[in-house]
Amino acid sequence: MRLDVLDRGYGAGTKLLFAVIRLFSGHAVPDAAKLTFYRSDFYGARAKEFTHLAMRGPSAWSVGDRELMAAHVSAVNECAFCVGAHTATAAQAYQDRPRVAAVLADLESAPIAEPLRATLRMLGKLTRDGTIDAEDVREVLAAGVSPQQVEDALAVCAAFNTTNRLADAFGFELLGPEGYEAGAGYLLKRGYR
Amino acid sequence: MDRVLDGEGEAPAEQRARAFANDGLPPPLDLLIGKVADRPAQVGDADWAAAKTSGCTEDQLFELVICAAVGKSARLYEAGLAALAEATAEGRPDHAS
Repeated sequence: MRLDVLDRGYGAGTKLLFAVIRLFSGHAVPDAAKLTFYRSDFYGARAKEFTHLAMRGPSAWSVGDRELMAAHVSAVNECAFCVGAHTATAAQAYQDRPRVAAVLADLESAPIAEPLRATLRMLGKLTRDGTIDAEDVREVLAAGVSPQQVEDALAVCAAFNTTNRLADAFGFELLGPEGYEAGAGYLLKRGYR
Repeated sequence: MDRVLDGEGEAPAEQRARAFANDGLPPPLDLLIGKVADRPAQVGDADWAAAKTSGCTEDQLFELVICAAVGKSARLYEAGLAALAEATAEGRPDHAS
């Protein structure tokens, strides 16, 4: 972390919670989670609520689809921490690591359904260019995606465009494969709350 | 959004609004905040070192960076929703084209 307060600025209760998590999980609390505990009234509490709703709330997209969207947006933003975290989570959700790797390597040739491919393409363009137009959305709708699914995907995109920026700005420490797998297990079991 | 912009904070609300919009912050804060908004993968220790010479406390920088990240994401979200609204409105019978 590039701010000392994000490493050391926690009250006794939060430090105890971090210690308990480390004891039972065998892993230190990742920086992404630590950030949400620091002055949680300013950012963390609302961010967790929004992200949980986008990633685990009611949607025609599966959890795996939404985790793949998170990984894809993170890849466009070149956010190494979030690519690692959400590649692992999407792979566990789908129980299909090669499919996730294929999407991140080449969206156009990856073995996924066209509605999901069109949606990922749209989210990538929005993240890369900063905007999309009605024609971009029409292409997604023509692929069989409902307007509500477009809206749901845009919420995932918003959540991870925020998180990616904070991960890179604050300098989240990268995890090893075991750390990402453990985090993925937690996110699939407990969500983002 | 309302909380980070208008709620209680260490940084002045006007400064938070400028970070949110990525517009109008003076040097050296503009470098860090500009990268958070537009080139987050390129944020480096030198950007933080420069920002810390502004006299801002760590809590103020924490708030400004969050405002910049949330602001950029909000603009992307709004652009996406506007495109969706336009795309779906064109299919409605009451939409004159």
